[in-house]
Amino acid sequence: MRPKTEAELVEAVAGATGPLLLRGGGTRTLGHAMGEVLETGGLTGVELYEPGALTLVVRAGTPLAEVDRVLAGERQRLAFEPPDLRGLLGREGVSTIGGVLAANASGPRRVQAGAARDAALGVRFVDGTGTVVKNGGRVMKNVTGYDLVKLLAGSRGVLGVLSEVGFKVQALPEAEATLVIEGLSDEAGLKALRVALGSPFDISGAARHSGRSLIRVEGMAGSVAYRTGQLRDRMGGEVTVAEGEASAALWREVRDVVPLQGKPGEVWRIATLPTAAAEIVAVLGGEALWDWGGGLIWLLLDPGRGAEVAAAVAGRGHATRVLGQGGPVFPPEAPEVAVLAAGLKAKFDPRGILNAGMMG
Amino acid sequence: MPAPDQGVIARKARIVARLRSVLPADAVIDAPEELRAYECDALTAYRCPPLAAVLPRTTAEVSAVLRVCWQEGVPMVPRGSGTSLAGGAMPTADSVILGVARMNAVLETDYENRFIRVQSGRTNLSVSGAVEADGFFYAPDPSSQLACAIAGNIAMNSGGAHCLKYGVTTNNLLGVTLVQMDGTVITLGGPWGEPSGLDLLGVVCGSEGQLGVVTEAWLRILPKPEGARPVLVGFNSNEVAGACVADIIRAGILPVAIEFMDRPCIRATEAFAHAGYPDCEALLIIEVEGSEAEIAEQLGRIRQIALAHDPVEFREAADEDQARRIWLGRKSAFGAMGQINDYMCLDGTIPVSSLPHVLRRIGEMSRDFGLDVGNVFHAGDGNMHPLILFDANKPGDLEKCEAFGAEILKLCVEVGGCLTGEHGVGIEKRDLMAVQFAPADMEAQMRIKDVFDPKWLLNPAKVFPLATTATRRAG
Repeated sequence: MRPKTEAELVEAVAGATGPLLLRGGGTRTLGHAMGEVLETGGLTGVELYEPGALTLVVRAGTPLAEVDRVLAGERQRLAFEPPDLRGLLGREGVSTIGGVLAANASGPRRVQAGAARDAALGVRFVDGTGTVVKNGGRVMKNVTGYDLVKLLAGSRGVLGVLSEVGFKVQALPEAEATLVIEGLSDEAGLKALRVALGSPFDISGAARHSGRSLIRVEGMAGSVAYRTGQLRDRMGGEVTVAEGEASAALWREVRDVVPLQGKPGEVWRIATLPTAAAEIVAVLGGEALWDWGGGLIWLLLDPGRGAEVAAAVAGRGHATRVLGQGGPVFPPEAPEVAVLAAGLKAKFDPRGILNAGMMG
Repeated sequence: MPAPDQGVIARKARIVARLRSVLPADAVIDAPEELRAYECDALTAYRCPPLAAVLPRTTAEVSAVLRVCWQEGVPMVPRGSGTSLAGGAMPTADSVILGVARMNAVLETDYENRFIRVQSGRTNLSVSGAVEADGFFYAPDPSSQLACAIAGNIAMNSGGAHCLKYGVTTNNLLGVTLVQMDGTVITLGGPWGEPSGLDLLGVVCGSEGQLGVVTEAWLRILPKPEGARPVLVGFNSNEVAGACVADIIRAGILPVAIEFMDRPCIRATEAFAHAGYPDCEALLIIEVEGSEAEIAEQLGRIRQIALAHDPVEFREAADEDQARRIWLGRKSAFGAMGQINDYMCLDGTIPVSSLPHVLRRIGEMSRDFGLDVGNVFHAGDGNMHPLILFDANKPGDLEKCEAFGAEILKLCVEVGGCLTGEHGVGIEKRDLMAVQFAPADMEAQMRIKDVFDPKWLLNPAKVFPLATTATRRAG
């Protein structure tokens, strides 16, 4: 099914007789849900775009690329830098903006500008009973009633199917530059990222892979030059600086996890404390790409290491297996929290038809 | 407020005895004269002493208290520092107030991972105070930050003047320890910040204390910028000032704050604080951050944009003292209006583009209602703060003021905004919720409460219209 309007989406959900497998573009779906495919890719178009208010409201099936194009036309962008995971996960298809929010998909700039959830201003969605619900809106400050926008962000469709999403957007910076630091051990290279993030120089990216640490600053040209210089003075190792498009290319690689693409094995996505980032990889081995100053690890491992990953991360984060066959994908929740999550799913989707079984 | 449960009131002695059995002697208050301190928060127009008040010191004590209240069917009203302008901590006669004031410890400070873990009764400003000497700060800065508690900030998802750049509480909150109404203690989120599973932390933040009692929190701390400096720009029309704000934002400059004051407010603050503001229709205070050179670069660009709008004044601060004077009037605005009369402060948010229209309509309504109003607000994010002046001693004035306020909030919703941008709904705006939300939208929110608090005992009679919640509360 591929509804073209919210009314058709309501009909599709209300009239469903069995489980539904929800799909934006299918480019970042995880987990084991089964059912009749319900695509949102037919719900396209910009509802409202006010560049002067940094506000964009679009229908959920609008391709991410189209959103990027519309924003670029006004020299703006989504601040949270959503990754394109098609290369990593081996998917075809067109990423949709609704899928981005449903996965809370956020890239390197999260350390500075927050995640997709933080940029989201409003949602409309169709719950499992076929009822349209709206929450939030188009303004940046809104504490009217409970915040279902955050709840729906990252919910992977299990509470409702997004039909419309609103975001706070960001002006494109005048300049960007990246310090590329080589010749440091993983431990020292990750420490350099933490030093940068603890400085007043407003870092918008802090990552490490392939033996190089990357530190990005963005903003007005003079300011970028100043901060690059200040950071350079504080860093050990061999430092070079990439500017403009050369810098941007480095961050597309990080964002889309290019170094791990197409390699045999399983890929884990580990959220942790930056100070634990080197040790977790030292314990588990494998090939790593660290983002968010070490707070996010993409780790390529041989299959069947799930129990070891869970043990290495226990008490200091959580791990999701984004690529691999069989077995659990999402980390388990504490029993009391799982009761609440199950309670919410039962309220919003009493028939249990929306991406049933996806989140474990 | 709804009629209190007389059965609970009749059992007061037993309930207090049970609370005393799980808490130290000095942590339970039941003497009527002492309970007066808890009869209202900063929304002082409404008062009602609670059945009792408790002041626990630990998560375990909070859990024990909640378990007693859950077993006894006693409504529970969590209270931070009682600075809510919306009646968010307003008790009912059959409720127990749980004050977190004694839970104010810093539990952990971690600069390498950039977080602090505090007990939730710690005041907002003292969180920054704990890390300031090491060059860090906690970004959300509500104007009550000297007094307000992190617990209340989380309950109301508080904002502040600087959230244009740094976001509001929900964007700086990493995790919490939450005690559920039945006494169960859970952890949501954690210092790594990335949610796992459903983002329950995201819905707890801003739920006005209706889903659980937050006893501890992990908060994001940020390195302090090298410096900051404001400029003041005066205009002869609200429209032009609004257009200037939009142009600054579009140009890609991200000031940490853009504050807006209209003529009634400028005149009142001038008379009160003598900050030396120009006598004009609208005034912007724009603050930027960075090194000396970065500040100069940003202010140069802002100057260029502002001058294109033909301002009556563009005033830069040459030194610390001049910077302080630029902020002086803005920071005195509420006090200045209070000097003239009693006032009610609203905080509806509007799309920035609707600013001139909304200010014009508020001016017209001010004449119709016969009450003066001054506007001072966070212009960068459209968060208004109309201050309606009235005389609390004049019969009928409060009611007239409330009716005027309701009309302003309806206008905010009509132009695409919302009823409240940072104060919360509380009891003050609960009956206006239907203006913004369709029944299904409110139903979806109430389902969340059904799951977290099935007996509907936590912070009763807030957020949702009483008629809408009647059947649930009775259950």
